[in-house]
Amino acid sequence: MKYASIKKENLNKWLEYLKKKARLYAPRKKENLFVFRPVKDVSEVCLKYVPTILPPKKYYFPQKEKLLKFSIEPFKTAKAISEFEDFILFGVHTCDIAGIQCMDVVFRDGPEDPNYLNRKDKMTIIGIECLEYCDRFANCVSMANHVPRGGYDLMLVDIGEKFIIHINSEKGERLVKGLSYIKEVGETEMSALERVREAKKKVFKEEFSAPLNKVNQAFSQGFASKVWEDVGRRCVACGNCTAVCPTCYCFDVLDDVDLSLNEGLRYRIWNSCQMDDFAKVAGGEDFRKERANRQRHRYYRKFKYPVDKFNRYFCTGCGRCSRSCMAQINLIETVNSLAAEVKESQK
Amino acid sequence: MIEREILLEKMKTSPYRPIKARIVEARMLTDKEKFFRIELEGGIDLRHQPGQFVMVSLFGYGEAPISICSSPTDKGYFELTVRNVGTLTDKLHRLGEGDVLGIRGPFGRGFPVDNMFGFDLVIAAGGLGLVPLRSLIRYIMYNRNDFGNVQILLGCKTPKDLLFGQETKEWMRRAEIKFNCTVDRADPDWKGNVGLITSLIPGVDLNPTRTYGVVVGPPVMYRFVLSELLKKNIPDHQILVSLERRMRCGLGKCGHCQIEGVYVCQCGPVFDYAQLKNFKGECHEKAALP
Repeated sequence: MKYASIKKENLNKWLEYLKKKARLYAPRKKENLFVFRPVKDVSEVCLKYVPTILPPKKYYFPQKEKLLKFSIEPFKTAKAISEFEDFILFGVHTCDIAGIQCMDVVFRDGPEDPNYLNRKDKMTIIGIECLEYCDRFANCVSMANHVPRGGYDLMLVDIGEKFIIHINSEKGERLVKGLSYIKEVGETEMSALERVREAKKKVFKEEFSAPLNKVNQAFSQGFASKVWEDVGRRCVACGNCTAVCPTCYCFDVLDDVDLSLNEGLRYRIWNSCQMDDFAKVAGGEDFRKERANRQRHRYYRKFKYPVDKFNRYFCTGCGRCSRSCMAQINLIETVNSLAAEVKESQK
Repeated sequence: MIEREILLEKMKTSPYRPIKARIVEARMLTDKEKFFRIELEGGIDLRHQPGQFVMVSLFGYGEAPISICSSPTDKGYFELTVRNVGTLTDKLHRLGEGDVLGIRGPFGRGFPVDNMFGFDLVIAAGGLGLVPLRSLIRYIMYNRNDFGNVQILLGCKTPKDLLFGQETKEWMRRAEIKFNCTVDRADPDWKGNVGLITSLIPGVDLNPTRTYGVVVGPPVMYRFVLSELLKKNIPDHQILVSLERRMRCGLGKCGHCQIEGVYVCQCGPVFDYAQLKNFKGECHEKAALP
């Protein structure tokens, strides 16, 4: 069974079932935005949503994560987390799944990061394919993440009265097997899936003015571009863009001593290359002092450096950085201006 | 040996887990820099390369990357020299013989001593730059016959800032190396050179094709010393530097030490000038050079 289907009226029944299997996280509404939350009431799960404020990254790369237990006297260290719990991420957009694939690449690259890998082993991903644009900020088509490209266990596609479920792993198969309300698919459902994908082509258009390889070339040549000065002038260095990014993983390490003043925990906490002192050293030199340099660094960490290192773009097209920017710095506009400037300079 | 395997296994369960180490000797070198001799639990060797660094852990204060200043040929212990600049280093300065700290590492790429075999060496140290270079200099002293002529140039602000006073005096006396020291500002007792370290280079006699130039110091020093060495026609890949960045993990993840696409903790801290040239603008050490 590679594809299965479930009637929409049975979805909540399935969610109840999943909730019993493992800790279940899914998107739900929060005021006029959306968030991933542990599912308490399955009726709150919302599958039509604009990308959540934070990507599900908070579950596999927590904002504040225990690295180590220590005692000062006598000198002792111990694992901070003895057991990681199974969890299911439900209703993940394809852009966020791409984000998880990026994190995999980073944390599996030696030296491996056991904290991330332990969590990742316990994670099951159930995605949902977007059939329409979330809003004008997304650039998922240019990043080719508007369609499923692997990295999930199950993928739901809305074909009207039913969801088609693409089964992509044994882990996923175990969550649909033996349930009376999840059926094998027939010809009608498969042709409905094709129709849905065909209709999508009319809705989704490339957001960048140039194909990705040209964008990458623009980055190769655009290090000294005026675009960065412009972006830097507007940036307020709040770090929103990196906090909400599904592929930003920079961190700081922090010790917390308990009231005994002898025992404590070492954490890693999210940090941002947009912060003032991020690249400062003891000698006083700050290697990315200007906001323009810091913003440029962020963009290059999406469109250039990881491509050189891993052959993978670290922009997923989710649009969160633009959506959450207090200074209205827009990723699509920035990339397009850079591409245009580089093209102009080559004439 | 078995002890080491156990400790390595311990580190493998989490690369973030430091191992226990004890300070066996500590003394102030200047009024800002303190020297530590450290032994790892079980008396095992750190097995580092000259130029590598360790992450020093003081629980409750955090971790900081510190250059190793002893040579791997100094067995059974390793040495660090630390300037008091922040919370962690201030606490470290208050530690002495018998006190315990945590160590992770060694990390990074050190000096390519195997490639330097048989070459003449010009080593230029500015201020604290002598700390990582001391690991190389001691290595060279120990394997003196493996290298050609060795010239050491040292620059610091005032005679009071001179590190490893006794040791440098000994270097000065040894016939098989040339040692030159200069200070920016002299005091009445100073009998040596006065002026910037760059002023020592034109006088250096060298055969560029068979010479390695090694430079470690503050960013501003690189710009001038590197251009002097380039003027001498030393090939790019024979000019070595070690770059200071504030790593938080040492594992190529946390992002703090990144210069453009390069993680200094993994690909450095030692780079050659050919690599330095590839940086577009975030490497201040090569700013305004060709």
